[in-house]
Amino acid sequence: MNQKKSKTPMIITLVLVAAIYVAVFIAEQTLPANSMLFTVLKKGATYALVAVSMNLLNGFTGIFSLGQAGFMLVGAYMYGIFTIPIAQRASVYQYFDGGMIQFTVPVIVAMILAGLAAAFFAFLIGLPVLRLKSDYLAIATLGFAEIIRAIFQWNGLGPITNGSNMLRSFPSFNDFNIRDGQGNVTVYLSTLIPFLMAGVCILLIVLLINSSYGRALKAIRDDEVAAEAMGINLAHHKRLAFCVSSFFAGVGGAMLAMYQTTVQAKSFTSAMTYEILLIVVIGGIGSVTGSVLSSFLFVACSEWWLRFLDEKQMIGTFEVPLLRNGFRLVVFSVIIMIVVLFFRRGIMGDKELPDLLSRRMKSEGRRKK
Amino acid sequence: MWDTIFPYLLSGISVGGQYALIAIGYTMVYGILRLINFAHGDVFMVAGIIMVYIAASGLPLWLCIPLVLLITVAVGFLIERAAYRPLRSAPRMSVMISAIGVSYMLQNLVLYITGGLNKQYPTIPGISDTVAIGAAKTKVVTVITPFLVIILVVALVMLINKTKIGMAMRAVSKDFETSQLMGIKINNVISMTFIIGSFLAGVGSILFFTNYPTVIQTSGAMPGLKAFVAAVFGGIGSIPGAVIGAFIIGIMENIIKGLDVILFKAGVISAPLGLATFSDAFSFALLIIILVVKPTGLFGEKVTDKV
Amino acid sequence: MSENRNNVLKLENITMQFGGVVAINNLSLEVNQGEIVALIGPNGAGKTTAFNCITGVYEPTNGIVYFHGEPIVVNHPQGKMVKQYAGINGDLYREKKPVAHTPDRITHMGIARTFQNIRLFKSQTAFENVLIGTHLRRNSNMFTATFRLNAKEEKANREKAWNLLEIVGLAEEGKELATSLPYGKQRRLEIARALATEPTLLLLDEPAAGMNPQETDELGSFIVDIKNRFNLTVFMIEHHMNLVMDISDRIYVLDFGRQIAEGTPEEIQKNPVVIAAYLGVEEE
Repeated sequence: MNQKKSKTPMIITLVLVAAIYVAVFIAEQTLPANSMLFTVLKKGATYALVAVSMNLLNGFTGIFSLGQAGFMLVGAYMYGIFTIPIAQRASVYQYFDGGMIQFTVPVIVAMILAGLAAAFFAFLIGLPVLRLKSDYLAIATLGFAEIIRAIFQWNGLGPITNGSNMLRSFPSFNDFNIRDGQGNVTVYLSTLIPFLMAGVCILLIVLLINSSYGRALKAIRDDEVAAEAMGINLAHHKRLAFCVSSFFAGVGGAMLAMYQTTVQAKSFTSAMTYEILLIVVIGGIGSVTGSVLSSFLFVACSEWWLRFLDEKQMIGTFEVPLLRNGFRLVVFSVIIMIVVLFFRRGIMGDKELPDLLSRRMKSEGRRKK
Repeated sequence: MWDTIFPYLLSGISVGGQYALIAIGYTMVYGILRLINFAHGDVFMVAGIIMVYIAASGLPLWLCIPLVLLITVAVGFLIERAAYRPLRSAPRMSVMISAIGVSYMLQNLVLYITGGLNKQYPTIPGISDTVAIGAAKTKVVTVITPFLVIILVVALVMLINKTKIGMAMRAVSKDFETSQLMGIKINNVISMTFIIGSFLAGVGSILFFTNYPTVIQTSGAMPGLKAFVAAVFGGIGSIPGAVIGAFIIGIMENIIKGLDVILFKAGVISAPLGLATFSDAFSFALLIIILVVKPTGLFGEKVTDKV
Repeated sequence: MSENRNNVLKLENITMQFGGVVAINNLSLEVNQGEIVALIGPNGAGKTTAFNCITGVYEPTNGIVYFHGEPIVVNHPQGKMVKQYAGINGDLYREKKPVAHTPDRITHMGIARTFQNIRLFKSQTAFENVLIGTHLRRNSNMFTATFRLNAKEEKANREKAWNLLEIVGLAEEGKELATSLPYGKQRRLEIARALATEPTLLLLDEPAAGMNPQETDELGSFIVDIKNRFNLTVFMIEHHMNLVMDISDRIYVLDFGRQIAEGTPEEIQKNPVVIAAYLGVEEE
């Protein structure tokens, strides 16, 4: 009986991932810290986590939710609220007498709080919303994200959320660098740490997906009626997926706060959710590897590789037409539409890296015979 | 008391009428394709931008308005052709994602053209003028909107009930496959739906931006979402439902915008609560309540799944 | 209907009305321990609806379903249905408290089913399809499963799934995508998946649909075989009369939502009402 799965592709994958981490560490120590590469890597890691968490819902459970920006907002705010140093609070909360909360917690605790708060909101929202069907669920979650945004901007909660003003001065990715007495950086960790954060979270999601629970979620995605007939409690499992996904979206929100160094509720619009959804679609709905790859590609294109489209370019004395601010996004949208219309399976379809490797090895093995 | 509420009520009716014109586009497309056309709000915004540029080119206004409507209709028609028709046999989610992609593209395109700046909407003589109704002062457009909406809706209902294409639309929305088998040219019906929807969104944009005279690439997102909420509220697929839903949402939203002032003047509260923040959120809260309590909306029909 | 301690499933006066349409009218039947009972009738007679009422997909408008003597579904006309009700015996259970379970609860109690229009998990392999059936008897929770603290259970489940595949003759195809299998094998896979939930009662909805005569013959002995091996009781809907007559202990005949006959295969074959309503019209 050939029930044992070959372990080699798995090992190759792990080695590859480890190599990437080592490469990131080395690059960070050697390349100039203001290189565009690091911006891309930091934001890419953040988006990768958020995209994978969205994929857990939309791709693996078949719940088409558009509430991601709302849960990221909750996470970002929780992180900011609990980590702004006491000394800075008077200036941050200048319109609210320094705010109500006068203590801080360590970064890691704040991140977990960020996730838990987002999961808690998800739990509440899930009670009415998860009973809805496909597109109604999408629009209801989108609506909830807007409601969350309004609540966090409300002046009545100002002593906690700072109303519609921004939160700032909390620890950012750059604060992870290790400095000597004079304040010079001795070891750069500002890219490696977000990589580790996202890596650990994505690993947890992958473990969940490949567990008995993950199979149940995929069963729900494939056929709700059959899944229920197999004894899978739909409400319970959908709620679990919704809360877990939101937990990691919340952690992703905290990471986004660290990346941006400031947080303001008005930036967490439905447009942000759409962007993440498009990342998931480009990567392949139902592929973690795809979401991760596509996050980095998306961020690299929008922040770096396509930047030249936004500036005047001369070829000799010829000025290339059309190139000016905003053209990058137009080109970008066209690429996205091409993927959506003609390459609907995205980069990876529903395959993962180990799947590709094992297929590769199989076909090579066949050739040898 | 009445004097405090009246201006809010008035602008509520006006905005409600403008939402109604957008909501019809949502509800018709959903009725036929079962698709939330996320790009519809952006078509509305594009209509506004087109007006800005056409008016700036110096054409006389009486020519601008029909031209804007014509181009808006063309945009709606092309979107369906290019982004939805190729996915006719694909799962519903793919089409919805495509709609989100189109929305993203239209916004980025306008961002590119305008440079991301607020554009001043041209004043249209006649409807931009100010009139006094009792103690309240408002623009003429506020007053004519509800009447224009009613005329357009009556015309549309006649079209749907009395003409051949209208009959085809009703058939397709009842049963897509069967009407195809009965020889109805599905693609023509769908194109017609998008043409009507975009036309009404174009009219809506002229009225809306005369009231709130700046246009930017994100101008369509909120009115679009709210119009969709109105469509769901009224029962998706039902045109009178969408119109009534839109008026209710427009009025409620404006009352909430003024709630601080109203309550303050009535002596209920002594300091403003900042409740205006929730004027947008309210629509969504209403949406969720409706979806949970009566998912088919006020006038929708019940659909059952078969196992 | 006499009280029989032996019965596994008992329907009492089940009526299912959708709006004004009465899909099942006052259906009563019993399935006893170790029996294979068939439910037959022309298309649209309400057979699948009866299955859906038993498994919690639909809530019947009136009547009781007992499973091992326990009432698992109880209902009487409520709300709008009080006035609209067009079935019989609408007053019988007025005093009873309605009982309704979601399908997953019913499966948990020990009733597993297959579907008329095969409903396999299309993105999963045959093996994974069966493995999903073991999920409901888990002792793990989300955390222990994520952190692989349930390795023992997981291993046992995997072995169980492979065993079931072997029993239904699909060990070779375990790693293939479920929906890539030929039709007959998909039907067997659905049965294996149902068995993974450890049922005591197996509901088969047209298990031989789309099979050729030879496959149908094999299926008959296969059903008897798994019935004996897992100590099951089988209740099935089937159109292939050869199969029904071969393996059923008893048969119920449904027409337009009403039960028109009950008896052993020999009795049913001779029953003039059945011949008129069913066999006479649709030669099998």
